[in-house]
Amino acid sequence: MDKRTDGKVRGVSRRDFIKGMGAGALGSAVIPQLLGQEAIQTKRGRVPVYEKKQVALTVNGKPASLMVAPNETLLDVLRDRLGVTGPKKVCDHGQCGGCTVLLDGTPVYACMSLAIRADGRSVTTVEGLAKDGRLHPVQDAFIENDGYQCGFCTPGFLVTAAAFLDGNRNPATGEIERALSGNLCRCGNYPKIHRAVAAAARKMKGA
Amino acid sequence: MAGKKRADIGEGSLLYNDLARGGGDLYPPVRDQSQPPPESPGYTYIGKPTSRIDGREVVTGEALYTHDIKLRDMLIGKILRSPHACAEVVSIDLAPALAVPGVLAGLKLAEGKVRYAGEQVAAVAAVDARTADKALTRIKVDYKVVPFVVEWQKARQDGSPRVRDEKSNVEKFNEYARGDVDKGFAAADVVLERTFSTGVEIHHPTETHGSIAKWEEGRLIVHDSSQNVHGVRDGLARALKIPAADVTVITRYMGGGFGSKLGANDYTVAAARLAREARRPVKIVLSRKDNAMCVGFRPSTYQSYKAGVRKDGTLTALSVVNFSCGGVGYGDEIAEPVIDLYECPNCKVEEFSVFDNTCASRACRAPGHTQSMLGLEGMMDALAAAVGMDPLELRRKNYSTRNRGGTGIPYSTKGLDKCYDAGAKAVGWERRNAVPGAGIGRVRRGIGVSSSIWWGGGVPGTLADIVLYPDGSVEAVCGTQDIGTGTRTHMAVVAAETLGLEPKDITVRLGDTEYPWAPASGGSQTTPSVAPAVRDAALKALDRLKQIAAEKLQVRPEDVMMESRTFRSGPEPSKSIPFAEVYRALRREAVFHGERPGYPTDKFAFNTFGAHFAEVEVDLDTGKVRVLKYAAAHDSGQIINTRTAESQVIGAVTQGLSTAVFEERIMDSTTGNPVNPNLEDYKIATALDVPEIGVTFIPMTDPRLNNLGAKGLGEPPRIPSSAAVANAVFNAIGVHVGSIPMTPARVLAAIARREARS
Repeated sequence: MDKRTDGKVRGVSRRDFIKGMGAGALGSAVIPQLLGQEAIQTKRGRVPVYEKKQVALTVNGKPASLMVAPNETLLDVLRDRLGVTGPKKVCDHGQCGGCTVLLDGTPVYACMSLAIRADGRSVTTVEGLAKDGRLHPVQDAFIENDGYQCGFCTPGFLVTAAAFLDGNRNPATGEIERALSGNLCRCGNYPKIHRAVAAAARKMKGA
Repeated sequence: MAGKKRADIGEGSLLYNDLARGGGDLYPPVRDQSQPPPESPGYTYIGKPTSRIDGREVVTGEALYTHDIKLRDMLIGKILRSPHACAEVVSIDLAPALAVPGVLAGLKLAEGKVRYAGEQVAAVAAVDARTADKALTRIKVDYKVVPFVVEWQKARQDGSPRVRDEKSNVEKFNEYARGDVDKGFAAADVVLERTFSTGVEIHHPTETHGSIAKWEEGRLIVHDSSQNVHGVRDGLARALKIPAADVTVITRYMGGGFGSKLGANDYTVAAARLAREARRPVKIVLSRKDNAMCVGFRPSTYQSYKAGVRKDGTLTALSVVNFSCGGVGYGDEIAEPVIDLYECPNCKVEEFSVFDNTCASRACRAPGHTQSMLGLEGMMDALAAAVGMDPLELRRKNYSTRNRGGTGIPYSTKGLDKCYDAGAKAVGWERRNAVPGAGIGRVRRGIGVSSSIWWGGGVPGTLADIVLYPDGSVEAVCGTQDIGTGTRTHMAVVAAETLGLEPKDITVRLGDTEYPWAPASGGSQTTPSVAPAVRDAALKALDRLKQIAAEKLQVRPEDVMMESRTFRSGPEPSKSIPFAEVYRALRREAVFHGERPGYPTDKFAFNTFGAHFAEVEVDLDTGKVRVLKYAAAHDSGQIINTRTAESQVIGAVTQGLSTAVFEERIMDSTTGNPVNPNLEDYKIATALDVPEIGVTFIPMTDPRLNNLGAKGLGEPPRIPSSAAVANAVFNAIGVHVGSIPMTPARVLAAIARREARS
């Protein structure tokens, strides 16, 4: 499954944004130089400059509103400021999928998504997969098939798998593996993860 | 021959190899063992699949790992690390960092020389990560850069910069000899020499290393992502010069370690010192890059073998010289499998540690053995090809029932022969190329085998408690930790089995130094240490319950049977009393202490065994290796929970495959830094690279070892998994690549070597 590291919905990509900030480093040092300007020019047009911006998002169905810096990632905001610690910081570089969350239903790497881009949008983390105390079928399947060992990559796998199964109840051979190939499991439990996702697909199809 | 890899920092701690062998001299061996034999295998849960009891917490994200813990008023600590591979630290000026608003403490950590890029120099604690990061940029460090070396081949040469000041970069750290290898070579029909090498593999647990330190009424409380809470406690006490009794270490959930989290770490000490200075809790979490540079790796090896064999397959002599590089720490010993695995009267091993300016190595899931198997089992396949023998037949021909290659004491149990049979059948061994490389076409297939030998008998002196409550609830308590292997669940399985309950009925407490002592979760020692201790405690608890039941029923305690949550008189089945009533009669909670005793290591060798079979295809044009099928068979004694045990094997195969084909740290000799300190350029196998893996457990128990007959399993399946893939590639293309990872370039070079020969 393709993962968008950031939404294309509004404004500029993270790369353009950083370029626009004048440095690769997300240092606060560059911000004061831009303060006082209302906007900067990027190749996609002029974008506004903020020191902080108020954002309102929905996390697992609950509204949250807070001031975020333009270079704060969605992952840091979820974990450090909203106390939503299901998504894990494993690589912090979009290389492992441990932080995967759903942004309006689409899996994204939260470590590569800026929090300001989540303004007005809906975020689902592993904490939001169970409904009314009932586990999502893929969560049940992970328990029954021993789909995890240390469990640290598991939230990312579960979110990816849940989104995949939402769009495909009848995965063909190889489709599950491809769908999950953006998530790393260092304990090396992949065959059991496949079994769990396949079991969940069968259950969801029957349901 | 003691291993040099510490399971802990400071004096008086267990060396890794001592841990693996059952605790070294920590506990005297039992001379005249008089342990009860395992119960008849009429188990309800033991040896059967049980789902993890912490499943719901993990899949809902409720399980709190060290990364996830946030204490009130907690500060974030960050560490400034040396960019230089070797430098004198002339001065450190913290003042500008401390002047940053929100910075509450700072420490100078480097004294004198830093010897690898990434070594600690200074640390700060601030109100949040951004402020701490900003403060790090303000610290002024004056370095005097000195020459360094980050490649072991260069470090070996005369005139290379000395990593340890006056000491040489090459140090002999292990040797062994029996018989006379020269006589053995003279008696051989075929003598072969081969060299095998393995690259640096990094543990890269998904949860990077991290700790939270908090002082409370003079006591230190630490949350640590650790494989060894008691060892961390002792190490912190020594480093901070405070009584161990005043330190508590907690690891409730942890995201993998693979040997890199066995001791107290320097950043944990820094967190404790920062917390003391700031009078607030401090959390330090390492970055992924730090994990690649600062917390160890599996040492590289360069193994030169010479082996002699008769035409009938009898080994006459086996010798190896190993150069292993462990950075500023020691390399890995590869000796044990070479010495032990095959019957061979003449054997000689010489091992040298090479030092370079990379961080100190750490134990990495079966240290030394994974590398050893690549060489030893590669050699066996070369010998088999040279005498025209089936590689499995050659292994059976030299099968040994005593350690030290048939010259030592007998193995208490050894199911390796059964592993060969089961694995060969599962993979379809008869489909291999009878002559390596005999296939045709651009894409060649091959099947390879490798054996496994490890210790894993358990550490005597391990303690566990069972607590019975009058309301009928039951606790199993042990100061071990669940590093992902399913320790929580197997404690519940053993307690439930013994007490006639279900695993979900047991409340398991672990991961805390306030609980009874257990060893590090390393050396494949957790299950054979903890499970017997829990069993012992539960048996004592059961005795007490039966005693109460006997009094209530007015029968003899030995006549009391347990069945469907009821105690019943055997001779008079009509006399029965439900569990609930008996528990109620306890009137207060009752604690029962269990201990895992010693075992007769003077009379028997206690080892775990396994055999792995891989089928691969190799593209001769691209050099790409793909693993198609895999079968693993193990003798780890009585398996406690087959569901989690199967996962252990599957994970170890994945890791071995990954190391065989992808993983290697690459150092830049110009900057002295790694070029791939992340999870993209350091390649790790993904879902697309791993085939279905068939797992067989040989039904065996070892009654001499413990009250369950259980041996360890964490490392045994990691030992043969790179070697089996390498031997399969040999079978496919007719030449052993000789080096792992078998990158396309190395595979193509091997093919070119073969073509040049023919």
